Amino acid sequence: MSLLLAETPYLLEYVAFGIIALAMVVAALRVVTTRNVVHAALWLVVVLGGVAALFILLASEFTAITQVLVYIGAIVVLFLFGIMLTRAPLGKAVDLDNNATQRIVAVAVALSLLGVMCWGLWDQWRDSELGLIGTNTAQLGQTTSQISDSIFGTYLVPFEAVSVLLLAALVGAIVLARRD
Amino acid sequence: MMINLFLVLAALLFCIGVYGVLARRNGVLVLMSIELILNAVNINLVAFGAWWATQPGGSCSAGQECAATIGPVFALFVIAVAAAEVGVGLAMVLMLFRNLKSIDIDRVDSMKG
Repeated sequence: MSLLLAETPYLLEYVAFGIIALAMVVAALRVVTTRNVVHAALWLVVVLGGVAALFILLASEFTAITQVLVYIGAIVVLFLFGIMLTRAPLGKAVDLDNNATQRIVAVAVALSLLGVMCWGLWDQWRDSELGLIGTNTAQLGQTTSQISDSIFGTYLVPFEAVSVLLLAALVGAIVLARRD
Repeated sequence: MMINLFLVLAALLFCIGVYGVLARRNGVLVLMSIELILNAVNINLVAFGAWWATQPGGSCSAGQECAATIGPVFALFVIAVAAAEVGVGLAMVLMLFRNLKSIDIDRVDSMKG
């Protein structure tokens, strides 16, 4: 094992990436195809957790923790509340998807988009290497303190704008959902 | 490690999300597919941030603006906007349910001539 690691130092990163990517793609396909609304929300948790794991693989731990707190902690709970408040059928439902023609069109659109994007990205970034992530001192520089310096320094005005946006969205959601 | 892998995985997730938005009829499930799309974008932003740190001039030194943090910072902004979007979207779905007794978005066709 150590000999193998000495020859291919990226091996562990590739293995970790492969496992995470497989789990994410399977879970994402289940989110868009399952016939049970609650199961869709729970498969979404797997996708969001996989994204957090990818962030850790990219040595960006603050973003990973925010992903877990905000998405898995708040947004999925919001989805579950939405499912319960709209009295979705808790078992299998039959009317979640459009008819077959529209689904075939959707598959065609998604596949052609995937083809164009993969071709363009692969062609453009073929020679770009990240190196062994986390061992590079410059990459270790993007720590939490550097990110906070960026947010409260260079990006202070966008940060305040996002705060106002969140407040406006909260007030708007209350106004929309209120019974009167 | 190659940055291509992250970009292609993000493209795959994006396209699965696009399929979900087009093929689903339930309002809550459409919102979930939109979350898939936003997460794909976040993977791209953080991957490009990590790539930028390996470039000449992208390294962080004390007291100097650091290009490598731009990716994670933009990903944080996207997460905040996604939270706002889900809040308003679910409120709209609830209002739909209250008015139509259904969250089937095919039945919202009052603007159709």
